[in-house]
Amino acid sequence: MTLHVGLCHFLIVSAILFALGIYGVITRKNAIMVLMGIELILNSANINFIAFTRFGLMDLTGQVVAIFVIILAAAEAAILLAIVLNIFQQLNTVNVDEVDKLKN
Amino acid sequence: MNFYDIAFYVFAAVTIVSAIGVVFSRSIVYAAFALLFTFFGVAAIYVLLAADFIAVTQILLYVGGILVLIVFGVMLTSRAYSVEIKRGVLQVVPAVIIVGVIAGTLIGIFTTTPWPISNMAPYQETARPIGALLMTQFVLPFELASVLLLVALIGAVIIARREKGGKAQQ
Repeated sequence: MTLHVGLCHFLIVSAILFALGIYGVITRKNAIMVLMGIELILNSANINFIAFTRFGLMDLTGQVVAIFVIILAAAEAAILLAIVLNIFQQLNTVNVDEVDKLKN
Repeated sequence: MNFYDIAFYVFAAVTIVSAIGVVFSRSIVYAAFALLFTFFGVAAIYVLLAADFIAVTQILLYVGGILVLIVFGVMLTSRAYSVEIKRGVLQVVPAVIIVGVIAGTLIGIFTTTPWPISNMAPYQETARPIGALLMTQFVLPFELASVLLLVALIGAVIIARREKGGKAQQ
């Protein structure tokens, strides 16, 4: 650990982002805030992949994996928002602790 | 401390401070706007890691796509200034303990592991080699991703529109 930026600095930034994302997923009631936490977690994983591409022994494979992560995040956000809109129409709430019915 | 280091610290600070804003903001609208700055900060970190194509993809897809989706979700599902959203927080103390343990463990592992570090290659553009990799070594995941996006698109439309049509059919 020095002041000069190396692999470790990027990994620490991603660890902090990961922890903040976990905190958001655990503590928030609103389903859309939970989705924001998940996006933070995915971004932190991507930073790790690309940092290892740059500094480690992983050639461009890491960047390709990061592209797939971004694609999956887009699909996941679209599906989750569709589900959230449907839940809001049915139950008139998006708080995850109040959505406890499987059927009306 | 050269220019690269200063740029890294600035963008890392922007990313982390706005991520803290996302997680601790009391208003969901402010959280969405803080998420915008987080995505831009992460894109800048990608640029510092010489991943130009991923950085542009990040801005186009996250800022242009996912964030717009999230803001739509916020507008369609909440009265933005209602009291209930502002205090929608539960289990703060256990969460702080768990998150502290996770972050401490991760940072400890990251700082103590002797990573095999290659000597850094000089910067070169990545769009062309990534395209070649996607068409050769990763062609199966690439096609699977395209099918998955199609399924997600159709599924999202069906799920979001089912309510009125489904009741009419029954």
